[in-house]
Amino acid sequence: MSGWQSFFEMGGYAAYVWPAYAASILALLALGLISWREMKRSERLVALSEASDRQS
Amino acid sequence: MLAYANPQRFLRLARALTPWTLGAGVALAAVGLFLALFVAPPDYQQGDAARIMYVHVPAAWMALFIYICMAVSSAVAFIWKHPLADVAAKASAPIGCVFTALALVTGMLWGQPMWGAWWVWDARLTSVLILFFLYLGYIVLWGAIDEPTRAARAARILALVGAINVPIIHFSVEWWSTLHQGATVFRAGGPAMSTSMLIPLLTMALAYNVLYVAFLLIRMRMEVSERRLRTIRLGLEAAPG
Repeated sequence: MSGWQSFFEMGGYAAYVWPAYAASILALLALGLISWREMKRSERLVALSEASDRQS
Repeated sequence: MLAYANPQRFLRLARALTPWTLGAGVALAAVGLFLALFVAPPDYQQGDAARIMYVHVPAAWMALFIYICMAVSSAVAFIWKHPLADVAAKASAPIGCVFTALALVTGMLWGQPMWGAWWVWDARLTSVLILFFLYLGYIVLWGAIDEPTRAARAARILALVGAINVPIIHFSVEWWSTLHQGATVFRAGGPAMSTSMLIPLLTMALAYNVLYVAFLLIRMRMEVSERRLRTIRLGLEAAPG
Protein backbone atom coordinates (compact mmCIF):
# COMPACT_ATOMS: atom_id res chain seq x y z
CA MET A 1 0.00 0.00 0.00
CA SER A 2 1.44 3.35 -1.03
CA GLY A 3 1.96 6.18 1.44
CA TRP A 4 -0.72 8.33 -0.16
CA GLN A 5 -3.24 5.52 -0.20
CA SER A 6 -2.83 4.93 3.52
CA PHE A 7 -3.00 8.70 4.06
CA PHE A 8 -6.36 8.91 2.31
CA GLU A 9 -7.65 5.88 4.22
CA MET A 10 -7.03 7.70 7.53
CA GLY A 11 -6.63 4.45 9.45
CA GLY A 12 -10.13 3.37 8.41
CA TYR A 13 -11.75 6.65 9.51
CA ALA A 14 -11.75 8.29 6.05
CA ALA A 15 -15.57 8.46 6.00
CA TYR A 16 -15.49 10.70 9.10
CA VAL A 17 -12.22 12.63 8.88
CA TRP A 18 -12.54 13.88 5.29
CA PRO A 19 -16.15 15.11 5.53
CA ALA A 20 -15.21 16.99 8.73
CA TYR A 21 -12.31 18.76 6.97
CA ALA A 22 -14.30 19.33 3.77
CA ALA A 23 -17.25 20.84 5.67
CA SER A 24 -14.91 23.17 7.60
CA ILE A 25 -13.07 24.41 4.50
CA LEU A 26 -16.20 24.77 2.34
CA ALA A 27 -18.29 26.52 5.00
CA LEU A 28 -15.59 29.10 5.80
CA LEU A 29 -14.83 29.63 2.10
CA ALA A 30 -18.53 30.19 1.36
CA LEU A 31 -18.91 32.57 4.33
CA GLY A 32 -15.87 34.57 3.20
CA LEU A 33 -16.93 34.76 -0.45
CA ILE A 34 -20.57 35.67 0.26
CA SER A 35 -19.55 38.33 2.82
CA TRP A 36 -16.97 39.77 0.41
CA ARG A 37 -19.44 39.96 -2.49
CA GLU A 38 -22.17 41.60 -0.40
CA MET A 39 -19.67 44.08 1.06
CA LYS A 40 -18.38 45.05 -2.40
CA ARG A 41 -21.95 45.43 -3.65
CA SER A 42 -23.06 47.77 -0.86
CA GLU A 43 -19.82 49.81 -1.02
CA ARG A 44 -20.36 50.25 -4.77
CA LEU A 45 -23.95 51.37 -4.21
CA VAL A 46 -22.83 53.95 -1.65
CA ALA A 47 -20.19 55.28 -4.05
CA LEU A 48 -22.81 55.51 -6.83
CA SER A 49 -25.36 57.32 -4.64
CA GLU A 50 -22.78 59.77 -3.34
CA ALA A 51 -21.63 60.53 -6.88
CA SER A 52 -25.19 61.17 -8.04
CA ASP A 53 -25.78 63.27 -4.90
CA ARG A 54 -22.91 65.55 -5.81
CA GLN A 55 -24.24 65.94 -9.36
CA SER A 56 -27.73 66.98 -8.30
CA MET B 1 -10.80 53.23 20.56
CA LEU B 2 -13.55 55.82 20.78
CA ALA B 3 -11.89 57.65 17.88
CA TYR B 4 -13.00 54.77 15.65
CA ALA B 5 -16.60 55.42 16.59
CA ASN B 6 -16.48 57.70 13.58
CA PRO B 7 -17.60 55.42 10.73
CA GLN B 8 -15.40 57.20 8.18
CA ARG B 9 -12.30 56.65 10.27
CA PHE B 10 -13.35 53.06 10.94
CA LEU B 11 -13.86 52.41 7.21
CA ARG B 12 -10.39 53.70 6.40
CA LEU B 13 -8.81 51.45 9.02
CA ALA B 14 -10.96 48.46 8.06
CA ARG B 15 -10.11 48.83 4.36
CA ALA B 16 -6.40 48.89 5.20
CA LEU B 17 -6.63 45.84 7.50
CA THR B 18 -8.94 43.61 5.44
CA PRO B 19 -6.37 42.19 2.95
CA TRP B 20 -3.75 41.60 5.66
CA THR B 21 -6.04 39.79 8.05
CA LEU B 22 -7.56 37.76 5.23
CA GLY B 23 -4.12 36.79 3.92
CA ALA B 24 -2.80 35.95 7.39
CA GLY B 25 -5.91 33.88 8.20
CA VAL B 26 -5.68 31.82 5.02
CA ALA B 27 -1.92 31.29 5.45
CA LEU B 28 -2.33 30.22 9.09
CA ALA B 29 -5.17 27.87 8.13
CA ALA B 30 -2.98 26.29 5.43
CA VAL B 31 -0.17 25.73 7.95
CA GLY B 32 -2.65 24.45 10.55
CA LEU B 33 -4.24 21.99 8.12
CA PHE B 34 -0.81 20.72 7.08
CA LEU B 35 0.23 20.20 10.72
CA ALA B 36 -3.10 18.55 11.57
CA LEU B 37 -3.11 16.12 8.65
CA PHE B 38 0.58 15.36 8.08
CA VAL B 39 2.60 16.21 11.18
CA ALA B 40 0.37 15.43 14.18
CA PRO B 41 0.60 11.79 15.30
CA PRO B 42 -2.49 9.53 15.34
CA ASP B 43 -4.00 9.17 18.81
CA TYR B 44 -3.03 5.97 20.64
CA GLN B 45 -6.69 5.22 21.41
CA GLN B 46 -8.66 6.89 18.61
CA GLY B 47 -6.17 6.55 15.75
CA ASP B 48 -6.66 9.00 12.87
CA ALA B 49 -10.24 9.81 13.93
CA ALA B 50 -8.66 12.11 16.52
CA ARG B 51 -7.63 14.42 13.65
CA ILE B 52 -11.22 15.65 13.66
CA MET B 53 -10.25 17.44 16.88
CA TYR B 54 -8.21 20.02 14.92
CA VAL B 55 -11.31 21.32 13.13
CA HIS B 56 -13.87 20.52 15.86
CA VAL B 57 -12.33 22.09 18.96
CA PRO B 58 -11.30 25.44 17.40
CA ALA B 59 -14.76 25.78 15.82
CA ALA B 60 -16.38 25.17 19.21
CA TRP B 61 -14.07 27.72 20.87
CA MET B 62 -15.00 30.28 18.19
CA ALA B 63 -18.71 29.53 18.67
CA LEU B 64 -18.37 30.59 22.32
CA PHE B 65 -15.83 33.38 21.82
CA ILE B 66 -17.86 35.09 19.08
CA TYR B 67 -20.99 34.90 21.21
CA ILE B 68 -19.09 36.58 24.07
CA CYS B 69 -17.92 39.30 21.63
CA MET B 70 -21.52 39.76 20.48
CA ALA B 71 -22.82 40.06 24.04
CA VAL B 72 -20.04 42.51 25.04
CA SER B 73 -20.72 44.65 21.94
CA SER B 74 -24.41 44.63 22.77
CA ALA B 75 -23.67 45.78 26.33
CA VAL B 76 -21.39 48.54 24.99
CA ALA B 77 -24.17 49.60 22.61
CA PHE B 78 -26.59 49.82 25.54
CA ILE B 79 -24.31 51.66 27.96
CA TRP B 80 -22.17 53.96 25.80
CA LYS B 81 -24.34 54.13 22.65
CA HIS B 82 -21.18 53.50 20.64
CA PRO B 83 -22.35 53.69 17.02
CA LEU B 84 -20.20 50.77 15.87
CA ALA B 85 -21.09 48.41 18.72
CA ASP B 86 -24.39 47.29 17.19
CA VAL B 87 -22.63 47.00 13.83
CA ALA B 88 -19.96 44.72 15.34
CA ALA B 89 -22.55 42.53 17.09
CA LYS B 90 -24.73 42.22 14.01
CA ALA B 91 -21.72 41.46 11.78
CA SER B 92 -20.48 38.78 14.21
CA ALA B 93 -23.68 36.75 14.31
CA PRO B 94 -23.47 34.94 10.93
CA ILE B 95 -19.79 34.14 11.56
CA GLY B 96 -20.56 32.69 14.98
CA CYS B 97 -23.48 30.80 13.50
CA VAL B 98 -21.23 29.13 10.88
CA PHE B 99 -18.61 28.17 13.50
CA THR B 100 -21.34 26.71 15.75
CA ALA B 101 -22.75 24.69 12.83
CA LEU B 102 -19.22 23.44 12.11
CA ALA B 103 -18.68 22.47 15.75
CA LEU B 104 -21.96 20.50 15.65
CA VAL B 105 -21.31 18.81 12.27
CA THR B 106 -17.68 17.88 12.96
CA GLY B 107 -18.77 16.71 16.42
CA MET B 108 -21.34 14.38 14.89
CA LEU B 109 -18.71 13.04 12.49
CA TRP B 110 -16.48 12.35 15.49
CA GLY B 111 -19.25 10.99 17.71
CA GLN B 112 -20.41 8.33 15.29
CA PRO B 113 -17.13 6.33 15.14
CA MET B 114 -16.21 6.96 18.82
CA TRP B 115 -19.53 6.76 20.68
CA GLY B 116 -21.53 4.84 18.07
CA ALA B 117 -24.06 7.67 17.75
CA TRP B 118 -24.26 10.79 15.61
CA TRP B 119 -26.13 12.61 18.33
CA VAL B 120 -26.93 12.20 22.01
CA TRP B 121 -29.08 14.60 24.03
CA ASP B 122 -26.45 15.22 26.66
CA ALA B 123 -25.80 18.57 28.34
CA ARG B 124 -22.88 19.67 26.16
CA LEU B 125 -24.45 18.85 22.81
CA THR B 126 -27.85 20.22 23.76
CA SER B 127 -26.45 23.51 25.11
CA VAL B 128 -24.41 24.04 21.91
CA LEU B 129 -27.50 23.33 19.82
CA ILE B 130 -29.27 26.04 21.86
CA LEU B 131 -26.34 28.37 21.08
CA PHE B 132 -26.89 27.66 17.38
CA PHE B 133 -30.57 28.59 17.69
CA LEU B 134 -29.65 31.74 19.65
CA TYR B 135 -27.47 32.85 16.73
CA LEU B 136 -30.26 32.06 14.25
CA GLY B 137 -32.84 33.87 16.37
CA TYR B 138 -30.55 36.90 16.67
CA ILE B 139 -30.08 37.07 12.88
CA VAL B 140 -33.81 36.65 12.23
CA LEU B 141 -34.68 39.31 14.81
CA TRP B 142 -32.62 41.97 13.02
CA GLY B 143 -34.50 41.23 9.82
CA ALA B 144 -37.93 40.95 11.44
CA ILE B 145 -38.18 44.50 12.84
CA ASP B 146 -38.29 47.29 10.24
CA GLU B 147 -37.48 50.23 12.47
CA PRO B 148 -33.65 50.14 12.96
CA THR B 149 -33.47 51.50 16.52
CA ARG B 150 -36.15 49.08 17.74
CA ALA B 151 -34.48 46.17 15.93
CA ALA B 152 -31.14 47.09 17.54
CA ARG B 153 -32.72 47.24 21.00
CA ALA B 154 -34.43 43.86 20.66
CA ALA B 155 -31.26 42.26 19.26
CA ARG B 156 -29.17 43.62 22.17
CA ILE B 157 -31.59 42.18 24.72
CA LEU B 158 -31.58 38.76 23.02
CA ALA B 159 -27.76 38.72 22.82
CA LEU B 160 -27.43 39.63 26.52
CA VAL B 161 -30.08 37.22 27.80
CA GLY B 162 -28.61 34.41 25.67
CA ALA B 163 -25.19 34.99 27.25
CA ILE B 164 -26.41 32.91 30.22
CA ASN B 165 -25.89 29.92 27.93
CA VAL B 166 -22.12 30.53 27.60
CA PRO B 167 -21.07 29.42 31.12
CA ILE B 168 -23.63 26.63 30.91
CA ILE B 169 -21.89 25.28 27.80
CA HIS B 170 -18.42 25.60 29.34
CA PHE B 171 -19.30 23.89 32.62
CA SER B 172 -21.87 21.45 31.18
CA VAL B 173 -19.24 18.69 31.13
CA GLU B 174 -18.62 19.18 34.86
CA TRP B 175 -22.12 19.88 36.15
CA TRP B 176 -23.83 16.96 34.46
CA SER B 177 -22.52 13.52 33.61
CA THR B 178 -22.07 13.68 29.87
CA LEU B 179 -20.70 11.54 27.10
CA HIS B 180 -18.66 14.51 25.91
CA GLN B 181 -15.17 14.65 27.37
CA GLY B 182 -14.08 17.43 29.71
CA ALA B 183 -11.81 20.37 28.97
CA THR B 184 -8.27 19.38 27.95
CA VAL B 185 -6.74 22.77 27.20
CA PHE B 186 -8.60 25.43 29.22
CA ARG B 187 -8.43 23.61 32.56
CA ALA B 188 -6.92 24.22 35.98
CA GLY B 189 -3.32 23.01 35.93
CA GLY B 190 -2.76 23.78 32.24
CA PRO B 191 -3.31 21.79 29.07
CA ALA B 192 -3.23 17.99 29.35
CA MET B 193 -2.15 17.21 25.81
CA SER B 194 1.15 16.35 24.16
CA THR B 195 2.93 19.22 22.39
CA SER B 196 2.76 17.34 19.08
CA MET B 197 -1.04 17.68 19.19
CA LEU B 198 -1.24 21.01 21.03
CA ILE B 199 0.75 22.95 18.40
CA PRO B 200 -1.47 21.97 15.42
CA LEU B 201 -4.56 22.62 17.56
CA LEU B 202 -3.40 26.10 18.63
CA THR B 203 -2.35 26.94 15.05
CA MET B 204 -5.85 26.09 13.82
CA ALA B 205 -7.35 28.08 16.69
CA LEU B 206 -5.20 31.11 15.81
CA ALA B 207 -6.17 30.75 12.12
CA TYR B 208 -9.87 30.70 13.05
CA ASN B 209 -9.44 33.78 15.25
CA VAL B 210 -7.68 35.74 12.51
CA LEU B 211 -10.30 34.63 9.98
CA TYR B 212 -12.97 35.85 12.39
CA VAL B 213 -11.32 39.29 12.46
CA ALA B 214 -11.09 39.34 8.65
CA PHE B 215 -14.73 38.30 8.16
CA LEU B 216 -15.82 40.71 10.90
CA LEU B 217 -14.10 43.63 9.15
CA ILE B 218 -15.70 42.64 5.83
CA ARG B 219 -19.17 42.30 7.33
CA MET B 220 -18.82 45.52 9.36
CA ARG B 221 -17.86 47.39 6.18
CA MET B 222 -20.95 45.90 4.57
CA GLU B 223 -23.17 46.97 7.47
CA VAL B 224 -21.75 50.51 7.64
CA SER B 225 -22.34 50.90 3.88
CA GLU B 226 -25.89 49.61 4.16
CA ARG B 227 -26.62 52.11 6.94
CA ARG B 228 -25.09 54.92 4.87
CA LEU B 229 -27.25 53.84 1.93
CA ARG B 230 -30.37 53.92 4.09
CA THR B 231 -29.53 57.45 5.26
CA ILE B 232 -28.94 58.63 1.68
CA ARG B 233 -32.27 57.17 0.55
CA LEU B 234 -34.13 58.74 3.48
CA GLY B 235 -32.50 62.06 2.58
CA LEU B 236 -33.63 61.73 -1.03
CA GLU B 237 -37.19 61.02 0.05
CA ALA B 238 -37.20 63.99 2.41
CA ALA B 239 -35.73 66.38 -0.13
CA PRO B 240 -38.26 67.91 -2.55
CA GLY B 241 -37.94 66.61 -6.11
